Parts: sequence; C-alpha cells; structure tokens
Amino acid sequence: MNLTMHPSSRHGRAAFALAGAGLPPQVGIGFKAIHFEAIADDAMPPAFVEVHAENYMGAGGVPHVQLTALRERLPLSVHGVGLSIGGGGALDLAHLERVAQLVQRYQPSSFSEHLAWSTHGDAYFNDLLPMPYDQTSLLRVCEHIDRVQERLGMRMLLENPATYLEFAASSFTETGFISEVVRRTGCGLLLDVNNVHVTCTNHHRSAHAYIDELPLSAVGEIHLAGFATDADGDGELLLIDSHGCPVADAVWDLYAYALRQTGPIATLIEWDNDVPAYSVLCAEAHKATGVMERVTRARSLELA
Amino acid sequence: MDSLPAAAFASALLDPLRPTPPGLRTWNGSHPERRFNVYRNNVVVSLIGALATTFPVTQALVGAEFFRAMARNYISQSPPASPMLADYGGTLPDFIRRYAPACELPYLADVARLEHMRVLAYHAADATPLGADAFHSLLADPDGLLALRLQLHPACRWLRSAHPVVSLWAAHQGVADLSRIDLARAEDALVIRPALEVKVLSLPLGGVELLDALSDGASLAEAVDRAFAANEQFDLPGQLAGLIGNGAIVRLIHPNGDCA
Repeated sequence: MNLTMHPSSRHGRAAFALAGAGLPPQVGIGFKAIHFEAIADDAMPPAFVEVHAENYMGAGGVPHVQLTALRERLPLSVHGVGLSIGGGGALDLAHLERVAQLVQRYQPSSFSEHLAWSTHGDAYFNDLLPMPYDQTSLLRVCEHIDRVQERLGMRMLLENPATYLEFAASSFTETGFISEVVRRTGCGLLLDVNNVHVTCTNHHRSAHAYIDELPLSAVGEIHLAGFATDADGDGELLLIDSHGCPVADAVWDLYAYALRQTGPIATLIEWDNDVPAYSVLCAEAHKATGVMERVTRARSLELA
Repeated sequence: MDSLPAAAFASALLDPLRPTPPGLRTWNGSHPERRFNVYRNNVVVSLIGALATTFPVTQALVGAEFFRAMARNYISQSPPASPMLADYGGTLPDFIRRYAPACELPYLADVARLEHMRVLAYHAADATPLGADAFHSLLADPDGLLALRLQLHPACRWLRSAHPVVSLWAAHQGVADLSRIDLARAEDALVIRPALEVKVLSLPLGGVELLDALSDGASLAEAVDRAFAANEQFDLPGQLAGLIGNGAIVRLIHPNGDCA
C-alpha cells in the first residue's frame, strides 16, 4: 500500500490553517479509503476533504496513517455523525471526548454535526433521526452545541436535516428553529442543499423560501449529494437522502440560488453509498466549481 | 426529543411489528407509516451493511440472504452501543451460537469471532515489533530469556476453535480450496498486525496457552510451563521464532520491570 502523498500541492499553506479557521471557498469531496491512492497520485486534488469523525476513532492503523497524509496536504473537514445533538438525553461526553481528541490531533479547518438524534438510551441507530421543533428541543440543542463548542474550542457548523416526517408538537418551522439555534449558540451553518430539496419536497414547501429564511451569513460549508425517490402512503413523491448517485438538476439549481446570496462557499460532494470511481467524484466537484465560478462572475457584475 | 416520544420512536425503529409512534404529522394527511419506514429501513440497512463489512466471510459462508435475515435479528436484539461502528458485532458470534437456523454450521460462530478480531486488530494501537536481532544476545543466556516477560503487540489477538477457522477464512481469500477443508479439524488462530496489514495465521499446539499466559503478564518460563502442561508437543523454539518473525512481540521486560 502506498501511503505517501504526491509532493506538490496547489493549496500550499492552506493545509496548515488553524483548527476551525474555516474551509477554503472551493470544492472538496467526502474522502473514502478506497480513493486514497488516487488522491495521493493526483497533482490537482480537490480543494479539501471531509471525513466522518467516527471512522477515525480507533487507536491506530491504516485510517490514521491515511488521515495524517491527507491532512499534511489538504485542508480537512471533520464531520460528525454520532453526537446526537438533537437527542433527548445528556450529550454523550465519552463520545465528545473522542471527537475532541480527533480535532486536537488533526486540527481540522472545520467541524460539523447534524440537527438530528441518533442515540436513545444505550442504542445507537446509525441514522439521523427527526425531532420536534419546540422550546424544549431548542434549549437542549443549544445546550449540546454550547458544550461541543466549549470542549472543542471552536465554532461548529450545524447541518440542516433531510426529514421524512414532521411532529405535531413542533412550534417552530425548521428554518425558524435553526435560525434561533444559530443566534443563541453562535454556531455556523452547514447548508446541505440536497437536504433542503429533499425536506421541502417531502413537506410540500418552497425550497427557495427555506433558503431565504436561513441566516445565510452563518453558512460555512455547503453539501451537495444525490437522492433516491419513493412514495408516501398517499402515493405522493417522497425523496430519500441516499448519497448514492449524482447531484440532481434541481439541486444544482438550488445550489446556484444559494450561492447567489452567500457568495463562494466551501462546497462538498458527498457520495457515501455505491461509492463511484475517484474520477466520477472529481467530475462532480468540477461541475460544482463551474457553478460557483459562474455565479461568482454574475454576482460581481451585479455588484459592480 | 422528549424521552417518552423518543422511546416510542426508538423502539418502533427496530421492531416492524410495533405501530408507528404517535405525534407524527404529514403535509397531505397521509398515514405516516410509509414515511416512518424510511427511517426503519435506513437504520436496519445501514447496520446490516456495517455487519457485512466486518463479517464478509461469515456472510459468504451462509449467503447474502441468510446473513441479512440473521443480521436483522441480531440488530433488533443488540443494536450498537456506541457510534463507533467499527466495534459493532462483538457479540454476533455468541448470537450465532444460539441462532437455530445456523446450527448446521457449527464453525460459523468461530469464523465470526475471527473476523471481529481482525477488525479490532486493524484499528488497534500502533507499535513497533522487536526484530530477531533483539533476541540474539539473549539466546546465549536461556535462563535470562526465560525470566523475561514478553509484551505482545496491541493488535495481537488469538482464539481457540474446535473447527478449521483459519482454513475457512483463508479459503475466502483465494489462498485455499474450500472443498478440501477437513471440517473435523480443530485450528487455533493468531491475528497480528505488525505494521498496517492484518494477518491471520494458524497457531500451533500450545500457542493459545503460551499467549494467554504472556498476556496475563507471566514470565516466559511460566508461560512455557503452561503451554507444556496443555500440550506435551509444544515446540518452544518454533513458537518463539514464529511470534518474533511475525512481529507479535514489542517489548522484553526484566523481572524488575526494566525493559531489556
């Protein structure tokens, strides 16, 4: 196994940015171990890589060798899937400690987690589960985020969820809830544009209005991914956040719509299931770069 | 989520016979069950996938369909206790032992045990094994060598089996012929990861006793006694050469606690 990295990097010092300093406003990819050598051999790799924190919590071995080599070359985003920020119980401090050790060791440019829960009692469900948006949830989510930011010593990004159900008990809209969390905790926003499209389709709302309602100045990263289609109990379209196919046209359009308001933002191609060849991920990243450049040009003309 | 609604949500996730939890809303008034089933499916499919990643040979031995049914059953009884999914499945071998549909494959539980050990070894702490040269000077002083404690590599795991676990595992790596395996043969296995690659080796007679004793902190002399007591054919030079050659020993510790 070749664990060395191509020596040249067009990103130079960016890879050594301070923890939490933020990702470059360019396009990165979700890192998969099977692509390690392809990235290592690529003289022009994506602008950053994102890894799932939970995949790097073992003591040693290949995962840490790979992550060390990646981190020496590229800015890193650590994306947690297991903190259960929206969980009803207290935050799992042992897990937070594992996240903190990872952040300490690799000094990523960004740490993000989800507005969702995944643990109840002793059981971890390995899925991002939905929650009612009420006052009780708001206080708890804010408390959990405060705790995470305090322990990590950095601002975290909170990702808007893809949901299939809503709760009768909700007294906030999702965007109202997220805005309040951002206002109270000072956390940033990971705007998952695919999740916006999936959620708004599933709950029959306007995706553009959803984006407009968010505090877009807090956006530190954008996620793009593919979805699958299904139907609900009445045969209405139900989209599933599958991360297993190319980004859909509707999501590219929504991405451009978001960028027109935010300006260039670090953007990630997420592809976690049926992972394609590295070249396919790079082609998606290239497409995202094209959208970002086109929107940026158009914006500069408007602003001029 | 508040604890009561979350409890109903959580228990219905793992049990398709339970009703959809209360308090859910859909924009078109459709019954929420189809939508709730997306979560049920996500949970079960992703956890089956995690188990299939950890237990590929176990899956190959029973076929994908059997494995999925067994995994589904296991997941509903023993969901992961932590978000570190690489560790998940440590109790699957015990589950398999009690799982009636698998009773015709008595070796299956031990193969699963071996596969879980491989994953633990893959993620274990790094350590630099001692090379043969570290032992050369000690060979002139056998008593001194026997008084030492041998610290094993943190990735080192071993198991005793009444079944040919190593051969069954190897047959699925393309290095042995499945049809030629004598299913009556007992094999003990050693899992090591001296650098980055995990290796599975067959452990000779008395090896399990030797390694059990060494990991308990016994001196080499005590460990050898235990290995001989278990098996008179225990081959000390051969076993020691095997452990050293495969990078299983990382430190030699004198009786006074100093490193040799």
